Amino acid sequence: MPPILTAVLVVLAVPAVLVAYILLIEAIVTRLPRRVGPRIRPWLWLFPAFAFVGVFLIYPTIATMIRSVFDRRGEAFVGAENYVWFFGRNDTLTALRNNVIWVVALTAIVVGLGLVIAILVDRVRYESGAKAIIFLPMAISAVATGVIWRFMYELNPDVGTFNGVTAALGFDPQTWLVNEPRNTFMLILTGVWMQTGFAMVVLSAGLKGISTELLEAARVDGANELQVFRGITLPLLAPTIAVIATTIVIFALKTFDVVYVMTNGNFGSEVIANRMYKELFNNTQPGRASAIAVILFAAIVPVMLLNIKRFREQEAIR
Amino acid sequence: MSRTLRVLAAMLTAIFAFAACSSGGTPAPSASRPTATGGPSASPSESSGASASPDASGSGAAPSLGGSVTVVGSWSGSEQESFLAMVEPWEEQTGTSVEYSGSRDLAAQLTAGIASGNLPDVAGLPGPGLMREWYDSGALKALDFVDFAKYESETPPGFAASGKASDDKLIGIFTKAAVKGLIFYNVAGYDGTEPESWDALNGLDPAPAEALWCIGFESGAASGWPGTDWIEDIVLRQSGPDVYDAWVGGEQKWTSPEIKQAFETLGDALDKAHGGSDFVVTTAFGAAANPMFTDPQGCKFHHQASFITDFFKNEGGAADGDFDFFVMPDINPEFAGAVTTAGDLFGMFNDTEQARSLIQYLLTAEAQQIWVERGGFISMNRNVPAEAYPDETSRRSAELLAAATAAKFDGSDLMPNAMNEAFFKAIMEFSQNQDNLDSILADLDTTQADAYSQ
Repeated sequence: MPPILTAVLVVLAVPAVLVAYILLIEAIVTRLPRRVGPRIRPWLWLFPAFAFVGVFLIYPTIATMIRSVFDRRGEAFVGAENYVWFFGRNDTLTALRNNVIWVVALTAIVVGLGLVIAILVDRVRYESGAKAIIFLPMAISAVATGVIWRFMYELNPDVGTFNGVTAALGFDPQTWLVNEPRNTFMLILTGVWMQTGFAMVVLSAGLKGISTELLEAARVDGANELQVFRGITLPLLAPTIAVIATTIVIFALKTFDVVYVMTNGNFGSEVIANRMYKELFNNTQPGRASAIAVILFAAIVPVMLLNIKRFREQEAIR
Repeated sequence: MSRTLRVLAAMLTAIFAFAACSSGGTPAPSASRPTATGGPSASPSESSGASASPDASGSGAAPSLGGSVTVVGSWSGSEQESFLAMVEPWEEQTGTSVEYSGSRDLAAQLTAGIASGNLPDVAGLPGPGLMREWYDSGALKALDFVDFAKYESETPPGFAASGKASDDKLIGIFTKAAVKGLIFYNVAGYDGTEPESWDALNGLDPAPAEALWCIGFESGAASGWPGTDWIEDIVLRQSGPDVYDAWVGGEQKWTSPEIKQAFETLGDALDKAHGGSDFVVTTAFGAAANPMFTDPQGCKFHHQASFITDFFKNEGGAADGDFDFFVMPDINPEFAGAVTTAGDLFGMFNDTEQARSLIQYLLTAEAQQIWVERGGFISMNRNVPAEAYPDETSRRSAELLAAATAAKFDGSDLMPNAMNEAFFKAIMEFSQNQDNLDSILADLDTTQADAYSQ
């Protein structure tokens, strides 16, 4: 089928099918007895959404879990062998260690920096301009970020910004992405560059939500700025910080593009997601790749649960 | 109003979900690395039209078959034209048309093709590793109809066998070759005397250059591969073809004295490299030789396969005639004359009369000579006359290949993918810190034990 026909079909036929589905179920529901109809209507309306989530989210998750206990060709059941492999190899354990570093360092730096910037820009006239500049890297794809920062770290001082600075200060050029453990932090720095803008914008919005009367009252009562921050701003901002932190933690656990582009895991900078990619596409080991995916999933679930719990508590307060 | 809203919301959800689903069908990205074989080809020189059409009667192709053969290869542009010119006499003779399409990522396209059953009759293969995997899974067909003894006698020793599967059946054939392990130099800084031995070469005074070697191993996600070529060249010359085969086949441990010695030999060269380990691990392989063409010269020699001259011209600002090469000298005189090579493999996915005939034809010297004369092609077939080569580099490479006592296929390409990838990584880590050699080799042993048993 020519692509244009496919496009026309998608644009016209898909909405048509959906409208037809809605008309059909409404026709059925209105003909049903009064007591039954309203009860099943929501389920019929929800069905397409459930179907999509089931096919594209729940089914793949379960299939991945099943795949992770089978061998390379997916024929023989191997039990926990793929997991034993993951926890028994130097390179995968290095990846695991680096992800822990990513989670701790990236989250701490991004939330801290985001908070500081949000508070500072709150007090200047050119706030929106400053925020726009810090937010800009968010609009750049992670792969492009990796390419840009490779140039930043380039060995030749005429090209690499970092080595341009070290050269100007009279030091030898450094290989930023080669020496362990510095390279992991240099990679995390690119993550900071990408994510700080996001943290700042959300925290800044949270900051604006704190009523000025509260802050004024505290100041009138004689609290200094630090006390105001610790006693009022921080507690009121806590839910927002929690949301940001969970988002960044998940970002850190999933991190792939930057590492793939900049070091590809060489020199001890490997991360779990890059290992998963290699096992699947380079080494054609879908069983092992699935096991890594499940481990990654297992690491993210508690963070998600925490987030949901927090969300529920907040809803309950309202 | 809320009712309309709800309808709208439901529709939008469905559309987005549908869009998400339809984009799921795009082929998965596959890691690719520049194979040293498929390096940029020399531009085709003016082909002498008179000798371009060989006497096809001796090619052994069956007359008038009709129909067509679908072929997928990695060649595009001028290489594609040369391939089509190469098969033209066969098309005329058999009345069969060749439907060629080029692909930049053969591995991804053929993997998808095997899954969907939509395969070309004849295809270029990305490497021996995947070739064997595809044969084992039943997708690739055995080439029993090829007269193996004749094919083997026409190609450099030991080479034809690289196209065999584990059950000793021929499944891939070589037509186009690249010679590896060449030592390039700037004619302004070296008189071209071929050193008698590796030790003599590595012991040369770098003057007038600052350093003896220009080495750069960076290549994006495939960083390290130029170093694997170094190790392969060293193992073959230092410990011989038997150790080489055992090592590539997973029977020789990385921690064995032979392989460790090869790493140490590379380490000696790395110690004499321009810019030290920092330069080696961060410089792209294509730009590695740039200091060879600066004034004053940064280095004297550069080790690479025959394709690199294009980078000298485009990256290093060198002109034809500024550089020349000799073959990496022997290390152990017992194994003199061994070279490492790479080549483009062909295999058959659909066993048809036409496909068989085409494979037979591609193996002939007559067919390969057509491309040789158009330039950018080093023939595997020894019967292609040296005069057919239009330029000095390819003519000398071909002579080298023909005279080789042992021509071995790029070892890392023959290893399982997981081994190959660990090898790349090990090269980078060794180049950065040679003190870790023992732990690096021990890790490679772990991967070896795992990768070959899968």
